[in-house]
Amino acid sequence: MEEMRVLLRNRGKIDPRNASQYLAVGGYEGLRRALLIESGEIIQELKDSGLRGRGGAGFPTFRKLQFAYDAPGGEKFIVCNADEGEPGTNKDRILLSTDPCSVFEGMAIAGKAVGAHRGFIYLRAEYAYLVPILEDALESSRKEGCLGNDIMGSGFDFDIRLRSGAGAYICGEETALFESIEGKRGEPRFRPPFPGVKGLFGKPTVLNNVETLANIGPIFANGSQWYRAIGTQNSPGTKLFTVCGNVKRRGVFEFPMGINLKDLIYDVCGGMEDGRALMAVQTGGASGAIINASQIDMTLDIDQVSNSGGRLGCGTILVMDDRNCILDIVRNNLDFFRDESCGKCTPCREGGTRLYQLVSRIAMGKGGIRDLETIKDLSETMRLTALCGLGHSTAVPVTSSIRNFYPQYLKHIDKDGCPVCSLEGGEA
Amino acid sequence: MIRLNIDGETIEVAEGTTILEAARQLHVHIPTLCHHEDQDIKAVCRICVVEVEGQSLLPAACSTPVSEGMVVRTASPKVIKARKNVMELILARHPQDCLVCAKNGSCQLQKTVRDLNMNRSNRYETQVRHARFDDSSRSIVRDMSKCILCGRCEEACAEGQGIMVIAKENRGFETVVVPPYGKKLKDTSCVNCGQCVQVCPVGAISIKDETDAVYEQIDAGKYMVVQIAPSVRITLAESLGYPPGTVTTGKIVNALRKIGFKKVFDSDFSADLTIMEEGTEFLHRLRNGGTLPLMTSCCPAWVKYCETYGHKKLNHLSTAKSPQQMFGAVIKTFFAQKEGINPENICSVSVMPCTAKKFECKRKQMQDSGYPDVDIALTVEELAKMIRTAGINFGDLDDREFDAPFGLGSGAGQIFGTTGGVMEAALRTVYEVVTGESLEKLEFEEVRGMEGIREASFNLKGQEIRVAAAHGLRNAKELLDQVKAGSSKYHFIEIMACRGGCVGGGGNAPKTLKKLEERIRALYEEDKKLPFRKSHENPYVKQLYSEFLSEPLGEKSHKLLHTTYHSRQDLLR
Repeated sequence: MEEMRVLLRNRGKIDPRNASQYLAVGGYEGLRRALLIESGEIIQELKDSGLRGRGGAGFPTFRKLQFAYDAPGGEKFIVCNADEGEPGTNKDRILLSTDPCSVFEGMAIAGKAVGAHRGFIYLRAEYAYLVPILEDALESSRKEGCLGNDIMGSGFDFDIRLRSGAGAYICGEETALFESIEGKRGEPRFRPPFPGVKGLFGKPTVLNNVETLANIGPIFANGSQWYRAIGTQNSPGTKLFTVCGNVKRRGVFEFPMGINLKDLIYDVCGGMEDGRALMAVQTGGASGAIINASQIDMTLDIDQVSNSGGRLGCGTILVMDDRNCILDIVRNNLDFFRDESCGKCTPCREGGTRLYQLVSRIAMGKGGIRDLETIKDLSETMRLTALCGLGHSTAVPVTSSIRNFYPQYLKHIDKDGCPVCSLEGGEA
Repeated sequence: MIRLNIDGETIEVAEGTTILEAARQLHVHIPTLCHHEDQDIKAVCRICVVEVEGQSLLPAACSTPVSEGMVVRTASPKVIKARKNVMELILARHPQDCLVCAKNGSCQLQKTVRDLNMNRSNRYETQVRHARFDDSSRSIVRDMSKCILCGRCEEACAEGQGIMVIAKENRGFETVVVPPYGKKLKDTSCVNCGQCVQVCPVGAISIKDETDAVYEQIDAGKYMVVQIAPSVRITLAESLGYPPGTVTTGKIVNALRKIGFKKVFDSDFSADLTIMEEGTEFLHRLRNGGTLPLMTSCCPAWVKYCETYGHKKLNHLSTAKSPQQMFGAVIKTFFAQKEGINPENICSVSVMPCTAKKFECKRKQMQDSGYPDVDIALTVEELAKMIRTAGINFGDLDDREFDAPFGLGSGAGQIFGTTGGVMEAALRTVYEVVTGESLEKLEFEEVRGMEGIREASFNLKGQEIRVAAAHGLRNAKELLDQVKAGSSKYHFIEIMACRGGCVGGGGNAPKTLKKLEERIRALYEEDKKLPFRKSHENPYVKQLYSEFLSEPLGEKSHKLLHTTYHSRQDLLR
């Protein structure tokens, strides 16, 4: 299968630090066109394009802009969420390291749409080595007149600054990200008020994922009709998929929305390595659902994945073969979430660790059916009551794996022994 | 107006009202833990979740504003189950020693657990929050194993007082609220104001209990003398369950005698003494080109704050001791001589609305008579506990009079108990002393009220005198910064560390702004009832000067009633 490179069109072809090379391949053309039209028209064009957020939730991008546009107040901000913390995800890093100007372009267009003149890129702390590349690209874009004051002679001012935290996963949550930029402990805020009304520094703010922003330039350069023709009805455009795990060929691939998961694994990635059998796939990162081998005939677009109980999320596909124990995988997920819980709200702070303890008990062959009941009950309470998305979705890998791998759980509970388990694996 | 339906009843409320507030209008009290009516919305405990039609998740009632046509169920089976499950998580981290906890009976967690009917055993292994027990402070005990991470103390300290001695450390399951860098509370810039105690819903932060020390002294046969601060008569009854603003002066005197105090004195008296000394000091500085503005020194939390954050401006602080300490010095000297008692055998106790007074009485400067001015400073809450322990039926007690000769204070001394009161008391005296005229109206309304900083100016025989009163250290900082910058336009500044002044002090029953207003109203009413309303007219104060001290700022009063300060800048390192 051939990749369709819209977002990765310049990967390896231009010097990422040099805006003139970006310009030479048609870069900032979308911005130039957007600067010629009114805010309302920009938002309308995005609405027509059907672009939806690539960070995880799939929220229509134009609506975020509309909220901030409608919000009263002079100062507004555009924030790029480059805190790519989802385990196994590398797509934003690829975009920022190979074509950062495409992200700046998207931010500037969003700025023009809502009347914001300042943008922030919140860069994952572990990506500190990208800072020189990004700073060079920003400076070079300013020199080319594509950022800064009076962009392309339009009279519109927009500039971008880099910010970074200390490496907490939760800072990828939009409001925790704002807190971090403001210099506070990275903890999410309650909503409402929503960021579009009261975001960074209390001002109306549009926050988008790196990949979402990289889509905006091409949409304005080529038109929403062109964009609509790619992907599926409800999820137009291409998507970056980071495939990791036990496949032969791992990496970041760009395909139109709607590609089949089975094709992605067996065709694009060459199938399972070492001739092993597929056991499970987790889509959408550590908080995504875990499905079994019989469920992989699945269309990858935002709505269809969520209809099947999972989520496309940031497009991360973790493929696991039969050398893994599902309880190990789930425990690993939970260990991550209990460590990354900020500790602000009770359900996530306490519940995350309790889930980990309960699953560990089962994995060690010390659990019972009652623990499964407690897990289900606690999972539901966390989903219903937690303050932010982290707490809402911590339990997804647990509940989905219980659903899709119930015999494995029973095997551990019955102490039948698990040949691939890292723990005692139910050996009595 | 917004129309919505809560538990089957339709109600109209103003836009911006939260579900929690709207439900209260329908007499439904949704349980809360982190919510405090005078603080920012936190929405972290998640106990107040409710069901809203059309929403798949359960939003927190405290943070969710109502919207048109909203249909809310505040106690559906789904909601109750979720609340119980969240509570179960909290309890699995909480020590189960409620019966011997300082907050037993007044704990919000305890009450909520009871209300939620937690009728099944906990499914999780008990893992008490791992945190160091810290009783290093003279005033406050911190037992973070009991903390439920509501965030109220953090806000009280950082937002209310602008100090931020405590903050969250670690992440997730390991999160604790502690002083930075593993410091003990006593080694921080904590001013002992106790505002964190006031807002803590559980037993994680409590007043250092010194009631046993009092029993020991009684048992040792000491001559027990006690003074009660101006605000204590206003707030004590509240700690015993009476409505805010219930004044019980005579009952408190009676109860203190029953507990074992030989003499019960009124700090209103020594407040008058403070006015004589501080007022004289002010006039002295004014006339002789001394350091101005003069800043009051009767609030020990403020004094420590100034020693820490304004250590180069300590010469602006009045050298006059606080009423508590002046009284103590007089008891161990004049009173002891008069009664023919060896001061060593006197145990001088104070009952204060204040946790910082415990710190103040242990300052090394506070023993000018050769003995500690005050041996034990109790808070209102501790006295209430002693009254309960003694089995005293407080409500049925007869009113009794204070002991002579220090049992009479003026209205000026009485209003020391609230913000602006010291200033007003000083103005009543300074004006009359300087002009020789009688004030037509005693109330200086300009310095009263709940504004963070109030200012006023007066004409004192042709000279304009500019004064300011601030409460809450965040506001005090503003005035102190002006002094530091040399731009302060005032002659005299009154500072109280706690919002509302002493009636809002950390040693009282937990306050809310509404309760505070009641307390302040009651305090000003007491002022009006008193026979003398100006400190310099207090006949016993005059007597003390003629028989013992001779004159304000005189040699003897300088030795006994004034003090020194020192820099605590190192606490910030």
